[in-house]
This record gives sequence, structure tokens and C-alpha cells, in this order.
Amino acid sequence: MTSSTAPSQPEIPENSSGSAHPLRATVIEARGGWQAVDFQELWRYRELLYFLVWRDVKIRYKQTVLGATWAIIQPVMTMVVFTIFFGKFGGMAEGSDFPYPILVFSALLPWTFFANSVSQGGNSLVNSAHLISKVYFPRLLIPLSTVGAPLLDLTISLGVLAVMLGGYLYAGVGNVVISPQLVLLPLFVLITILTAFGVGTLLSALTIAYRDFRYVLNFLVQLWMFASPVAYVLGGETGVPEKWWNLIALNPMTGAIVGFRRCITGQNIPWEVVGISGLSSCLFLLIGVMYFRRVEQRFADII
Amino acid sequence: MSQPAITVNNVSKRFLIGAADEQATTFYDALSSLLLSPLKRFRRLSQKASSAEEFWALKDVSFEVSEGEVIGIIGHNGAGKSTLLKILSRITEPTDGRIEIHGRVASLLEVGTGFHPELTGRENIYLNGSILGMTRAEIDRNFDAIVEFSGMERFLDTPFKRYSSGMGVRLAFAVAAHLDPEILIIDEVLAVGDAQFQRKCLGKMSEVAGSGRTVLFVSHNMSAVQNLCQRTVLLDHGRVIADGPSTEVVDHYLHALNEQSSSGAELSSVSGVSVKVDIRGLQGDLCKPNEPVEFVVDVTTEEPISEGHLAIGIDDHHGIRLTTLNSYLQSTEAFQFEHRARFSVQWDRVNLTPGTYWLSISLVNSLNRVAHWERGASFVVSEGDFFGTGRLPDPNHQGNFMIPVKWTVTTDESITGAKEPSP
Repeated sequence: MTSSTAPSQPEIPENSSGSAHPLRATVIEARGGWQAVDFQELWRYRELLYFLVWRDVKIRYKQTVLGATWAIIQPVMTMVVFTIFFGKFGGMAEGSDFPYPILVFSALLPWTFFANSVSQGGNSLVNSAHLISKVYFPRLLIPLSTVGAPLLDLTISLGVLAVMLGGYLYAGVGNVVISPQLVLLPLFVLITILTAFGVGTLLSALTIAYRDFRYVLNFLVQLWMFASPVAYVLGGETGVPEKWWNLIALNPMTGAIVGFRRCITGQNIPWEVVGISGLSSCLFLLIGVMYFRRVEQRFADII
Repeated sequence: MSQPAITVNNVSKRFLIGAADEQATTFYDALSSLLLSPLKRFRRLSQKASSAEEFWALKDVSFEVSEGEVIGIIGHNGAGKSTLLKILSRITEPTDGRIEIHGRVASLLEVGTGFHPELTGRENIYLNGSILGMTRAEIDRNFDAIVEFSGMERFLDTPFKRYSSGMGVRLAFAVAAHLDPEILIIDEVLAVGDAQFQRKCLGKMSEVAGSGRTVLFVSHNMSAVQNLCQRTVLLDHGRVIADGPSTEVVDHYLHALNEQSSSGAELSSVSGVSVKVDIRGLQGDLCKPNEPVEFVVDVTTEEPISEGHLAIGIDDHHGIRLTTLNSYLQSTEAFQFEHRARFSVQWDRVNLTPGTYWLSISLVNSLNRVAHWERGASFVVSEGDFFGTGRLPDPNHQGNFMIPVKWTVTTDESITGAKEPSP
């Protein structure tokens, strides 16, 4: 019982294994209800994920004059605006021994990543309608791939942050330090990614059935920013009083942003806040992916 | 004991017509029906079976495809071919039934899926290849062959949006042609490009078909189906009505078509336009070579036609378009009418070889196709002594047309005689 096509497919390990059936078997039938995530399949399609991200990165700044500089300009301009309006006029910069621009910028990095990922993730399925109706691949790759390009922007912005920190250190302005807590930075980036992917996935699946969510998306992201400690901090004279911390930690971006920022300022990380946000983030991820998988089989029919 | 590559077992697919009404289209509707009218929802649920109008795009479809078999799937529009392909390609799920597939599947429901206008030709080869299921290593290995097949070497670094549509199709097909799966599912992608490129594609297709791969091929092109596939499945209204050797099934299909629509057919109304065709000048039911025939087409429209043209396509029994009688080509004057018009097309000497021929009719307004009937009527050409020589053509080997040409024969002496003065 061997396959006559085996010689033409030497790179597929199943063929050379000599097992009872050398060819990959696929069963197609109606599946109802909740579906588990098929990690094996996702892994098999990892190259497609790479190409989808690669495409997004390639086309992101095509036919723009400034190109990838936009990845820097966006958060830097927001930082300037925030520093002027919230810092100077809003008085939020007072009482902080750390330069306010850095406080804002270190929060804007995870936030900008989150906002871009969620906006693009939410629209991703609708924008990929032509793919969904013509070819099969695990649909989760679509919202997953939208995280890629913003992640590249985040990396670029981290370079800008490093330059800013260096500048403040060199000039000796403010109480800038190089904190050993910086090694924890990837943890908070991870929480941000998980949250962004979870929320983006949920919104993408909702948008395909109810186009209303295209409009919800915009102001949801705006409101969400004010619910997250981007322009303000936790604790201190101008920050959120400690009694509210556990409540606002229910917003997964609270823990991500606070943790990210404190890695840079070297302040103590409020692990309870981070823990609650981390759990909340996992919950968003779970709900997003579960809902997505549940309605996935109808995508091609209703798109 | 070769295992079937594809086993399709009682597969059905249901769509709900008017599902847009049943299922809330906006989130507000969903919320309101959820929160405000539980009673209505309850009522709806209890009469669910009767209120939603069901449409079975496929009903209890079963067949097997052995490894290495090349199988055609035919049927008229709406027979369920596309739905079947979409289920086999895992784009949509069946409502019922089960399919088992052994082997790596690549499906080509269109060429150029995922091509991005901003990316260059080279980048699109990688993106499209990957979307179609090729690994990066495979694309690397086949890259030169793909480029050569497409003939687009010079434009590899040009953004795809600057390609003409013909160039785009070539590149797209070149990528598709280098897929190397165990099972290939193809939907009518051959109808692309110019004639030369189509021949190239058909050549590639027979190469694929002859290479021991399992191929599922959906097409309206009956001769391509007969040439490429040993076996054909005929679908009608979502059911398999014939499954067997291609020649037999194709004949069956064409025969059924023929019965549905003979001369004088009233063509069903499409988007407020109805057409009636009457074929006049027949002797009995037959059209004789060298005799006149007249196609009378009555058109009734709801909208007025301001700049109209009518085209009558003539197909042979293989479904190959022989020619089109097109008012746009033949006269520069467009016609206009409010609601009704009668066209009479007079053909003085029918020069077709014996056989069944189909008429397809297109009504065009301001260069937009208003309505189209594929093979709406047919007529049979009998045997006849077209040239008056008492000899009859063999339609199976000598084509469809008889053309009276002038034969001049120059023999040995006069050829040498003609040659001498030339230097």
C-alpha cells in the first residue's frame, strides 16, 4: 500500500515513514459548536503566516515619502502632544521625579502597538474576503498576522526610546536610570501581544457577521486609551489612588502598560495589578479565539 | 488495494434563502431581537422549519476518486459544482455527510488568489505560491520555471498594479501551474489569457493529468473535459445524475440540454428581460445545408434600450463556440426601443456540417451585457450536398464549416514554365 506519488514528494516526511498510510488524511464534515485550536495545523502553516506578515510589512509604507519613519513619527508626535497638554496644562507631570515625556513614551509604545493591532485585526477578515472565499488555510492566521507589522513598529520605537533614555542620561536631566528590571520587558510585551491578538480576533469575527463593529472599533480604541494608564500613572500625587488599582487592572492593558513603564523607570512593579491584568488578558484571548473558532466555519458563507 | 484519494459520502449543503432576514445583519438587530423581543424569537424558533426557505445546493452527493484518476465535474450553472469544489477545498463546510481525502490538496478556484497590487511580480510569486500551499523551498526551487512559463522576466520588479490584466493572468497561472500536490482541484481556470497562452495552459494541464496525480476538474468546456478526464460526474440541481466514462456522461449532458431547449424556445426571464427565439426555414425539424435559415429573436424588456446590440453565439455539440453573429461587429448602428423588439437574422446558405448546434443569446445595452442565455435554443443540421458534388463531409473529422473556395491547380510544366522568367 504505497503511494505512486511518493517520489514526487520526497520532502514530506509522512511519505518516507513507511507507516500504514503514507498520505495525509483529511476528513471534511459538519462540525458544530465549540472547536479546539488545531496547533499542529497552525504550525504546518507557519510559512504562510510569515508571508502574510511579510506582505503587510512590505506594503505598509509603500508609496510614502517618509517610509518606515512613520513608525517613529506616530508615537513621538503623540508623546509631544501629551507632554504639552496633559503634562504642562493638565499638571500631570508634577510630582514625578522621572521625565514626563519618557513616562508617556514608555506607555505609548505598548499602547500604539495594541491600538494598531486591534484596528487592523478587527478589519482583517473583512479585508481578506477574497482569500477566505477562494482558498483554505487556518483562518486564525489572518488576525494573527496583523500583529506582525505593528510588532516591527514597536521594535523600531524601542530604539527611539533607548535614544531618548541615553539623551536624558547624558544630559543628566531627571532621575533616569538603567534599571535591571529591563530584563522583564519581554513579559509585558507578551501580555500586550496576547491581549491585542485576543481582542483583534474577537472583533474580526464579530465584524464579519456584524459590520457595525467597523464603527465600534474606532471609538472603542479611543475610549480604551483613556481607560489605560497612558497619559497618567499609578500612584504618586497625580496618579490613580491605590484603592482603585485592582479595579482598573481588569483592563489587561493596565498591567501591560504599568509593567512596561516601570521596567524603564525602575520603580517597583505592582505584581498584583500585573497578575490580574495577565489573567484578564488570557480571558480575552480565550474568548476571542473560542468565539472565532465557533463561527469560523460560516465565514465563507456570510462574508 | 489502492485506497481512494477522495471519498465523498452523502454530502449535502443547505443554504437558507432569505437568511438575511432570519439572521440579524446588524448587531443592533441581533441585540434587539435578543433583548427586546424574546417572544418573537421564541415564535420564530418554534416555526423554524417552515419559516426559513431552504435551498439545497448539494443533496446526498456520493462518489469516489481513485488515486491518480483525473475526473471531470460538469453541470449547468447552479448545479452545485462550485459548492462541491468549495467543500472539497475546505472553504465551506457541508451541512451533512463526510468527505475523506488522502494526500496533500491544492485547489485552484481562481488564478492569482491573494495577489497584491502594491507588490512586485517577484514578491507576488512568493505570496501567491505560499497562499496556494507551496512551501518556501518549493517556490525557490520552481522560481525560474515559473518566471520562464509566464514570460514575465522583464517585469519581475514592476509593481503588480502596473501589469495589464493579461500579464497578471499569465503570472498567476504560471505560479498555479507549478503546484505539486497529490490532489489538484481546478475550477475553470483555463478560460484565461489569449489563445496561445490557453494552449500552453491546456498542455500543462494534460501534463499534470498524465503525471499520476489525482485531479478534479470542473469546466464548461466539454472538449477539454473529454480530452483530459477519463471519468466525469454530472451534477444537476445538487445531485449526481450521471457518473461514468467522460464521453458517455458528456453526451448524456448535451442530450439533456438538447431536450430542454429545442427550436422556438421561450427563454426564461432574467432581470426584467425575456427573449423568445424562433428558428424558421426548417424542413421538418432539420436545417439543410445550402438552404436559408432565419433566427427570429423577440425581446421584451422592462427598461428601455438606448444603444442596443444583439449577439447570437453558435456552439457545436462539444460546447465549442464556432462563431458569433454580432450586430455590433457587423453594423455600426445601434438600435433603440422601449419595451419590445423583434430581430430577424437571415442566413442565406447554411454551411455547417451535420450535427446539433446551440444558440446563445446576449443582449447588450451601451456596451453592457443586459442579459445572456447560454445555449438557449438548438437546431440540427441534416446531411446535405452543400457543394453539389454528391459527396458528403464527415463532421467527426472534417470540422464544422463548409466554405466554398476557389480551387486552382497548377501542374508540373506550367510551374517550371512560370519559374524560368523570374531571375
